[in-house]
Amino acid sequence: MPLNWDLIWSSFGPIVTGAVTGTIPLTLASFAIGLALALLVALMRLSRNAVVSGLARFYVSVIRGTPLLVQLFVIFYGLPSLGVKLDPWPSAIIAFSLNIGGYAAEVIRAAILSVPKGQWEAGHTIGMSRAQSLRRIILPQAARVSVPPLSNTFISLVKDTSLASLILVTELFRNAQQIAAFSQEFMVLYLEAALVYWIICLALSSGQSVLERRLDRYVAH
Amino acid sequence: MSPTDGAAQAAPHGAASQGRPVLSVRNLAKAFGSNVVLRDIDLDVRRGNVVALIGPSGSGKTTVLRSLNGLETPDAGIVTFAGPGTSAGTELALDFSARVSKKEISDLRDRSAMVFQHYNLFPHMTVLQNVIEGPVQVQKRKRAEAVADAEKLLARVGLADKRDAYPFELSGGQQQRVGIVRALALKPQLLLFDEPTSALDPELVGDVLGVIQELAEEGWTMVIVTHELAFARQVADEVIFMDGGLVVERGPAAEVLRAPRQERTRQFVRRLLHEF
Repeated sequence: MPLNWDLIWSSFGPIVTGAVTGTIPLTLASFAIGLALALLVALMRLSRNAVVSGLARFYVSVIRGTPLLVQLFVIFYGLPSLGVKLDPWPSAIIAFSLNIGGYAAEVIRAAILSVPKGQWEAGHTIGMSRAQSLRRIILPQAARVSVPPLSNTFISLVKDTSLASLILVTELFRNAQQIAAFSQEFMVLYLEAALVYWIICLALSSGQSVLERRLDRYVAH
Repeated sequence: MSPTDGAAQAAPHGAASQGRPVLSVRNLAKAFGSNVVLRDIDLDVRRGNVVALIGPSGSGKTTVLRSLNGLETPDAGIVTFAGPGTSAGTELALDFSARVSKKEISDLRDRSAMVFQHYNLFPHMTVLQNVIEGPVQVQKRKRAEAVADAEKLLARVGLADKRDAYPFELSGGQQQRVGIVRALALKPQLLLFDEPTSALDPELVGDVLGVIQELAEEGWTMVIVTHELAFARQVADEVIFMDGGLVVERGPAAEVLRAPRQERTRQFVRRLLHEF
């Protein structure tokens, strides 16, 4: 199979553009919103109020028990029949945020529970309220514990955003698909797409190591 | 600075009847489910006095201490703190047989500070940050002022050079001294110690007890849960022996520990002393 070098070089442009204007902003926006949602859901799960924690439990169960692709399709193709018509981008951000919210909630809940009870008590004894203890004492310690699992979630999200191509979001994989269909060079284009995803994830992994080292500075080695 | 050095200048036991009570507790009761931990506890602590709570594990002494700091909510009983200084204007009285609000629990916590058995320092903060966290974040004092105070207190317990260390870099004895300084920095009316030396290696116990003894001599009002009977005899104005959620015997330290009137106290004291 002779390699079409011209096509390889010329297609990198649209694929990288798709990453920069599609994949990366979609990932960042969804992860940020999803993480905020996850913290809220984790705190609801830990609430002593049975209704509040039950609601959070139900949400996590639905998100984890249904495929991400189905969630995307329900929002983009399903909601219009209820009169809610959303563009591809908002649909994608909503679906990915809700998804991250469900998965990361469990990570954050476990991380909060991993902080010894004595830390809450020490917060209380210096006069802090529950909210203050949570913010100043518990969450900083929970953050350290949750970096590795949340990095996993983050890296998975980068790759999962390729599903947005199926609801017409212009991102890395959709650009690769279109050039592939046009040029019929499927192997080359999909390997190129794979390479770019891999590079993004490598960068994230090294970011994870830096963050872990930073947060580990107060732990005995 | 070991506590045995100070044996000759033992605390003034006779003072137990002087001064007005900073804290008084009446009919304190608490059960965890069907397990009754406190049946009916009365307690008075006068300004500048040291009260030692002793007794076998499960006797309820730690629960008394934790109730005073709002870490447990008793089922019944009245806890009264006198106003700071001489004015009775800001007396705080909580009746636990009625519903107690979050605000009241928070007010109760402001009166005392706890030193924990396992130190419970904040591992993500340096020694200095641990000490100024309460004064700055909760009491809203000026940072520079809180830092100056903290440095003075750290120097007093011999840890001036550790201000920027993280807790994991310190020995148990050093961590507990930071725990004490963190409590002192809050300037509470009452210091509470929950078995402050039980988690320490034996050779580190002396340092911590030495610090507590100095605080007693300076006139801090303290309630100490401890198994160190020799130490209790030295620093405590009053010793309270608890068993089964009740006060079995109380009185001046020398009397309760040297010549207990109750058989249960005698057995307990004899058993603990035999361990040494």
